[in-house]
Amino acid sequence: MVLGMTIMNLTGWRVLQSRFCRQAITSGGITSLVVAATMALTVVNVGASETFTTGSSDVIIQEINSQIRQTWKDNEVEPSPVADDAEWMRRVYLDIVGHIPAVEDVEKFLSDKDKAKRTKLIERLLDDPGYTRNWTTIWTNLCIGQQTPRRVSREGMQKFFREAFGKNRPWKDVVSDLVTAEGHYEENGATNFLLAQMQDQDDGAQMTAKTTRLFMGMQVQCTQCHDHPFNDWKQDQFWQFNSFFRQTAKVDHRRFDQKTGRMVDDYSEIVERNFSGPVYFEKRSGLMKVAYPAYFGTEVNPDESTDRRKELARLMTAGDRPMIAVAYINRLWAHFFGFGFTNPIDDISTHIPVTHPALFDRLGEEFVKSGYDCKQAMRWIANSEPYNLTSRTTKKNARDNPAIGEAALFTHVYVKPMTAEQLYDSLIIATNAHKSGRSGWEQAEAQRHTWLQKFVQTFGTDDGGESSSFDGTIPQALMMMNGPLVQDAVSVKAGSHLHELLTGKGSENQKIQRLYMTALGRMPTRPELGAAQKFLNNSHDPLTVYQDLFWALLNSNEFIINH
Amino acid sequence: MSLVTPSGMSRRHFMGHLAAGAATLPALDFISHVKANAADLKRRQKACILMWMSGGPPSIDIWDLKPDSKNGGEFKPINTKGDLQISEHMPKTAQVMDNLSVIRAMSTREADHGRGRYYMHTSYVPTPTVVHPAFGSVVSYEVGSKRKDLEIPAFISIGGGGSSPGFLGMTHSPFLVNGTGQIENSDLGGLGLDRLDQRLRMLGTVEDNFIHSQRGESGQAHKDVYVKAVNLMKSKQMDAFKINDEKKEVLDAYSGAPAQGGMMGGGGQFGRSLLMARRLVEAGVPFVEVDFGGWDLHANVFQTLKTQRLPALDAGIAALTSDLKQRGMLNDVVLVWMGEFARTPRINQDVGRDHWANSWSVMIGGGGLKGGMAIGETDKDGISVSSSKSYQPGDVWATVAHALGIPLDTVHKSKNGRPMKLANGGTAIQELIG
Repeated sequence: MVLGMTIMNLTGWRVLQSRFCRQAITSGGITSLVVAATMALTVVNVGASETFTTGSSDVIIQEINSQIRQTWKDNEVEPSPVADDAEWMRRVYLDIVGHIPAVEDVEKFLSDKDKAKRTKLIERLLDDPGYTRNWTTIWTNLCIGQQTPRRVSREGMQKFFREAFGKNRPWKDVVSDLVTAEGHYEENGATNFLLAQMQDQDDGAQMTAKTTRLFMGMQVQCTQCHDHPFNDWKQDQFWQFNSFFRQTAKVDHRRFDQKTGRMVDDYSEIVERNFSGPVYFEKRSGLMKVAYPAYFGTEVNPDESTDRRKELARLMTAGDRPMIAVAYINRLWAHFFGFGFTNPIDDISTHIPVTHPALFDRLGEEFVKSGYDCKQAMRWIANSEPYNLTSRTTKKNARDNPAIGEAALFTHVYVKPMTAEQLYDSLIIATNAHKSGRSGWEQAEAQRHTWLQKFVQTFGTDDGGESSSFDGTIPQALMMMNGPLVQDAVSVKAGSHLHELLTGKGSENQKIQRLYMTALGRMPTRPELGAAQKFLNNSHDPLTVYQDLFWALLNSNEFIINH
Repeated sequence: MSLVTPSGMSRRHFMGHLAAGAATLPALDFISHVKANAADLKRRQKACILMWMSGGPPSIDIWDLKPDSKNGGEFKPINTKGDLQISEHMPKTAQVMDNLSVIRAMSTREADHGRGRYYMHTSYVPTPTVVHPAFGSVVSYEVGSKRKDLEIPAFISIGGGGSSPGFLGMTHSPFLVNGTGQIENSDLGGLGLDRLDQRLRMLGTVEDNFIHSQRGESGQAHKDVYVKAVNLMKSKQMDAFKINDEKKEVLDAYSGAPAQGGMMGGGGQFGRSLLMARRLVEAGVPFVEVDFGGWDLHANVFQTLKTQRLPALDAGIAALTSDLKQRGMLNDVVLVWMGEFARTPRINQDVGRDHWANSWSVMIGGGGLKGGMAIGETDKDGISVSSSKSYQPGDVWATVAHALGIPLDTVHKSKNGRPMKLANGGTAIQELIG
């Protein structure tokens, strides 16, 4: 039993709000508690009047709804109302396909009378090419960073994930491919994950730390040098885990360039090297120790007949609820809700409280049962009641505020800043640039890449820590106010959205409304409409008024905060 | 709480304090505190320049050499104008060491880049439930907010990554600029001020609507940042970023002799950034962080230090110290040199040094602190602190707070109401303030 986190049943949940809860329960005692918690949940009644549905009636969705509802009850909070269609639609677009909806889609959805239109939209988005693109972006950034490290092929990594998400490959196969990858970095794009962790000659320390953190939700990087002060990882475990990677080597190929007459970088590849026996590490005392390959106590034959990474992948993906399933669910939940079951999401261990342990376990198990179906997991979450609530708080749930360190209750959807990619792709949609066909795909990708690079701030360390979302710094504000992308958006070039709108038919009011729908996916309120009209009345140049209004909408907090 | 605007402070700044959700003192104390200090602060523009060595510098090869140990490596110590020895590859700095001191008894426990960076910047170890402010953000909040003439951000970070303002709010986050000092997108690009005004009024309508929609604090934080950005676009103080206005001799001094210039780490970028820092401090910015990377020397440490890192470091520190002194500013500007940790005394098989936080050195000087001293010591092999006292980042920042006139008993409140002591309750180092 690996999961030390399932130590709390629901009645004990309030205890979790104390961050001093560092209850150490040995693994033997866990199972019975989990069973008790799960059984307690099956008797929770949900009153008919409280039943929410998007039109989908999956049993897991009901399970999410009833367990989340139970914690509302236990904590004496009430959920916010269901989000109106406009708010929810903008959010689900950003979360699944990574950009805001185009104005035509907004109009269609808002006027649709179908009671099952939300679940139908979720299905449509999961089948949209934007789904593959968005999740390829997300996982490429997670695996190799926003700035491509030396000797890593971003294209190769993207190709791998495009296929993975395009074909909805089982997550365990994806992880297995990444961990065991060998060969040319473009022919087998999966190699780039490990190549990105091989920037320093560090005996695979970075590979060990990143693999555990990203795919298993465990932060073990500190245990490279000493036992972890809080969680159960010990230094020898780090090196036992590390020893799985020690048969891995990379070869950086170079070639002669005819033009310059010089040797230049060619491709890189991952190859197997002979390695057997233990690895050696140094205790803080200076004492040298050995570690043999072992996965949470399961020892692996250390001689050279063993393909250690294959063994590792087999062990990582085995069982009813392996860490890779739990970690994936946590990440996905946080992606949609703004907070995961643990905070931070990639530190699932005994010293971090879990907000909804029984639900967390259940989703992990069901994800495995579904065959690690990534889209299915998204369906459960996106169709759930809490995800369909408004992001506005009420008096009855204002204290549910994980941003200040409270445990999340999911009484409303927490707002999150757009990522740089979401912002860029949303600006493209808002300005209709995706339809104008002014530039080819490659050129468009290159422009996107250049723009995104400006957001990347690296610390220059071997952790590759990066800050990538639009978190409200002055340079970012300046970029939005005066940068070329927005300047272009509010210019009235032929073919631009603004040009189309201003030269088209319609009253002043209709034009104002359409600008609001385009940027914010909603109609203007009466005061907003009045304010805009006043500007038009006081101006002898209505064109500049529309331009400035569009500028204001694109620069607003409402535009950039995914709510 | 009264919303009367105190004199000597704009309402916006005051509101900024409230919006950040972290009141330092009860309102009345707070206001009188501000009044009493405003005049004094204006006259003597206190500031801190943090030289951040990202990657973790080997202080054993720079400030605390061990020539008689197997851990000592290739370098020899030399005498300085102060009462301590430093590396032979820091000859220019040796000439100004009477102004600078070295804390040789740092013991900081975090040897992971991310955690060490956080710990050294904030004085707190990372915890999942609270994000602590970097000390630059604390200075922005405590000192910058009171400088009503300051139109550019109070915490500027040159050439490096960001750090979080934590519970003090986004208005106190570092303003990141690259070493060229060019602030992209900061001019109006032909747009008249009246058009900008029209845009901002329209923006205000939408923003206020969202701010009042019960969606937490991020809506207001977004607005606050835009206000700052607009101030900056209109400000003359932006000239402080233009290092090319300086004379060539000055530029050369900061980045090392011109003959070496091209060979030096980053082409003298560190020195140029320090020069920008001095200009910013002159313009009234109370905290500037200058990033100098490339210290993660797991391999080939001595060669890299000798030919790249140390010549640039040496020239930069020496030039900045002399320049500040010449301008009569050294008594008011604190200089701090640190990284997320230092490097192992033991030399590894790749002739490198790995991560080490147990025993290392931080350099500190100026700001009225005593120079020329070594504070504490490590044992003969450099593997542990041998003096009776060891120091944590909170002690360093408490010393800086003392020099800047920030009361050490200041307590902030995190967003969930927990009291947070300034510099994690660290104590100013007696020998330095003595």
